Formats: sequence, C-alpha cells, structure tokens
Amino acid sequence: MAEVRAEMVANVWKVVATEGDQVEDGDTLVILESMKMEIPVLAEEPGTLAKLHVAEGDIVQEGDLIATIS
Amino acid sequence: MLESVLVANRGEIARRIIATARRLGIRSVAVYSEADADLPFVREADQAVLIGPPPPAQSYLHSAAVLAAAHQSGARAVHPGYGFLSENADFARRVLAEGLIWVGPPPDAIGQMGDKINARNLMQRAGVPVAMGSTDPVTDASQALAEAERIGYPVMVKAAAGGGGIGMSAATGPEELQTAFETARTRAERFFGSPAILLERFLERARHVEVQIMGGSDGQVVALGERDCSVQRRHQKVAEETPSPGVSPQLRGALLAAAVRAGETVGYRGAGTVEFLLDVRKQEFVFLEMNTRLQVEHPVTELVTGIDLVEQQFLVASGEPVSFDPARTAPDGHALEFRVYAEDPVRFLPSPGAITEWEEPAGPGIRVDAGYEAGNTVTPFYDPLLAKLCVHGPTRDEALGRAREAVAAFRVAGPKTNLPLHADLLASEEFISGDYDTSVVAGLRS
Repeated sequence: MAEVRAEMVANVWKVVATEGDQVEDGDTLVILESMKMEIPVLAEEPGTLAKLHVAEGDIVQEGDLIATIS
Repeated sequence: MLESVLVANRGEIARRIIATARRLGIRSVAVYSEADADLPFVREADQAVLIGPPPPAQSYLHSAAVLAAAHQSGARAVHPGYGFLSENADFARRVLAEGLIWVGPPPDAIGQMGDKINARNLMQRAGVPVAMGSTDPVTDASQALAEAERIGYPVMVKAAAGGGGIGMSAATGPEELQTAFETARTRAERFFGSPAILLERFLERARHVEVQIMGGSDGQVVALGERDCSVQRRHQKVAEETPSPGVSPQLRGALLAAAVRAGETVGYRGAGTVEFLLDVRKQEFVFLEMNTRLQVEHPVTELVTGIDLVEQQFLVASGEPVSFDPARTAPDGHALEFRVYAEDPVRFLPSPGAITEWEEPAGPGIRVDAGYEAGNTVTPFYDPLLAKLCVHGPTRDEALGRAREAVAAFRVAGPKTNLPLHADLLASEEFISGDYDTSVVAGLRS
C-alpha cells in the first residue's frame, strides 16, 4: 500500500486517473495547480489505484492524502 | 493631473503604483480579493474595496466587479498594472466607455499587439526584423508539422493569443513537435481562451533583450534603454539588468530604433515594452512580442534614468507632456533586479505558506518593491512573486557587489524562496562575465 501526498497547498485542477486503474511508476494521477503553475502528481510505484481522495476543485494542504495505490 | 485612480491589481505592483499616486497627491483606491485583505497594498491605499473571492476569475479578472468598485469609490481613472486585465483590449474599451480614464495605451494598440501573429505580421511590414514563423494561426497538428518543415527545426511553439512563456516549448523534430503542439494548444485554450498556435524558428543561443518605450500624449515615442532578461526558468524571467552586457553601442542604436518604430506603428501612448531575441553569435535581433503595459522589471530602467515610469503613465493618461527631457535619457550606472519568488530554489516548485519572518535589505543603491511583510500568508491563487530586489551602482561590478550583500541580507522564513538561486547566480562565472544567455539558470542547476 503506497500513499501519494500533496507537496504543497494547491488547487486540484484535473483528475487524470480513475479508481481501479492499473498504474505504472511515473503515471500522472492528478494535476494540481498552485501559483499559476500546473504540478502533475505521479504514481511512485506500479499497482492498482485503490482510492482517490480528492476531486477537481478541491484545495489540498501540504501533506494531504491524494491517492492510495495497492 | 489625475484626481484619483483605482489600481486594478494586487501585491507589489499595486503597492508601487499607490506609492507614486500618493507622492503626486492622487487619491488611490485598491481592489482586493478575500485572500489579500491583510496585504500592505490594501492598507496603504486611501480606500480599499473588496471585489470577490480568491480565484482571479471572481476577483482581479472580474471586469464588472472592478468597474463597480471604480464607480462606488468615485475613482476617475483605472491603472491595470501588469497581468490580469492589463492587456485586455475589451476591458480598456469598457473603462473608456464608462467615462473613466484608462492609464494605458489605446485599446486598439493592445488588440493589435495582443494577437502575436498579427503583431509579427505588422512588424514585418513596418521593417522590424522578425524570425521565420507563422503568418496565420496554426490550428491542427498536421498543419503544425507542415509549418515546422517550412520554417526548419528547431522551432518554438507558443500560444498566439498570449505571452509570458505559458505553454511555450521548443521542438527539435516532428516527434517533439506533436507533444509541444498539444501542450501549447491546451494551455492556450485554458489561459487565453483561444487555441490558436504560432510557430517560430527557435534560436539556440539567444539573449532576451527588451526596450522600454514611452509614447507621449503628443504622439512622440521615446526609447528609454534596454533591459536584458536572459536569466529565466521555464521561459519566465528571474533576474534582469540594464544596460545589457551583451549589447554593443551600435546594436543598441538599432534595437532602440526598432522599438520606437514598433510603437509608432500602432500609435502607442504611455509605457510599453518591445521584446527582442538576440542571436548571440550573429549579433542580430528579431522581434518577439510587445507588452502593452508596465513591465514587472521596470524598476531597473527607473534606477538608471531617474524617471518614475508610473508618473509618466499618469501624465500621458491625463493628456499632459512627460516630465523628462527625451534628449537626455542616457543611463547613469548599472541596475539589476532579482525576482524573489515563493518557490524552492532547486526544482522551482511553488511554496505558498505563512510568512513568519521578513527582513528586507536596505542601504545606498538598494530598492525593494515588496508585496508582503511578516504575518502575511502567501496563497496558491496568484503568481509566486513576493518582492523585487533591485540594486544600482556606478558600474556593473559595483552593482553585483551590492546585490550579493543584499541577497544575503534578505531574510524570509515560512515559504521557501529562490534567494539561494540568486546567490548562486551572483557567484557564477558565466553571469559575472556578462557573457550569458537564456540557458544560464539551467546551467547552474545541471
């Protein structure tokens, strides 16, 4: 079980992956936006995207859980 | 002179415009979003009007809310600063239609230069050199491939409707072009509301040099020297200086003359900037774009000319002559600007957060234009610019020495900042030599 967390305060601009997807290391899960910059949040290991904890338009704080990969 | 002005912007530039308004006895009205209520510019204006929630579309880009604030406060003029509504020709027209003074160029000049393809075509006809590139908007991938073949790789792919480096990327061959085209098209659609794309021949060793112009109310366009903006990350400026160490007197003459011609071609009034790319090897330049507004890095020009550019904007907007002698604008000494961003200094990722400590450097030849102070919170809604640290000295070497001390003395705790990048830049042989190009930051971080 791997947890993917937000590195900074940001707005969730786009959710790219869907729960249940098979993901590879480096696949984009969601795209955050902070300070006029888009920041892709990537899977850091291969697995199944068990849960997405954010939706488009959400504000995440640094350290917030974005996705769980099993 | 104007009686009152609404400043349709935020942060350091709103504060800087308000400072000149105060000095000239012009009543200032700030507008602010819920995220910015505690920032210095709100407090320093004579009056402040809350215009909406944090997202720009609901506040600083919400033209109806800005205009309502102008009417409510009785402001007689609108200064747009940079970014947000500053290059929106329709907004400028609405300001004028509602009986207010627009502190900016004629809306038609904004429109003509805002479409980057139209601007290139216009400049070419006026005899200003442009790079090989599109004369019509590129709208699909196969057309982009054909254009790239015609122009020759490498090419730069960018949005036709916007600037600021957003969505811009270079392609060295057809495969990279596909990606670059898709990136540019999505960004163009999202940020500028138009998917039109422009392709241009990419210069590999280039300096980014721009010329400050000022169009008088009598129609005379004057060039106030150049600024070198080659220190960039993600095609966005990080530090600037004037005069450019890469421009010979002869080349300077040609650049300034081309910028004046560009301004005259569109009947320019007020402050504007004509950007050029300079081919380092060939010592040739091409027109890049024109920014029809006050530029972020305008303070370096102010430091070497002694001219307050915002004051000149106010004068021209009220139909009065500029307050300087156009024949005596030669630069005095050397000035640099370092943009202090809320971002980590290695990967350049945004770093919003609460500012727990803020101590600005001070002393002879040091100017800090800051948007924040201790106790403020940097939010994720706007660009990462916290402050502009500017230094002025009799020579470039002396200015660099002051810059090193000032960077070391600038203390910010809370958000990460790029001050360590500036310290590295000021220690790099390439930058110190003056012989650098737009790849200098990448070189520091490789």
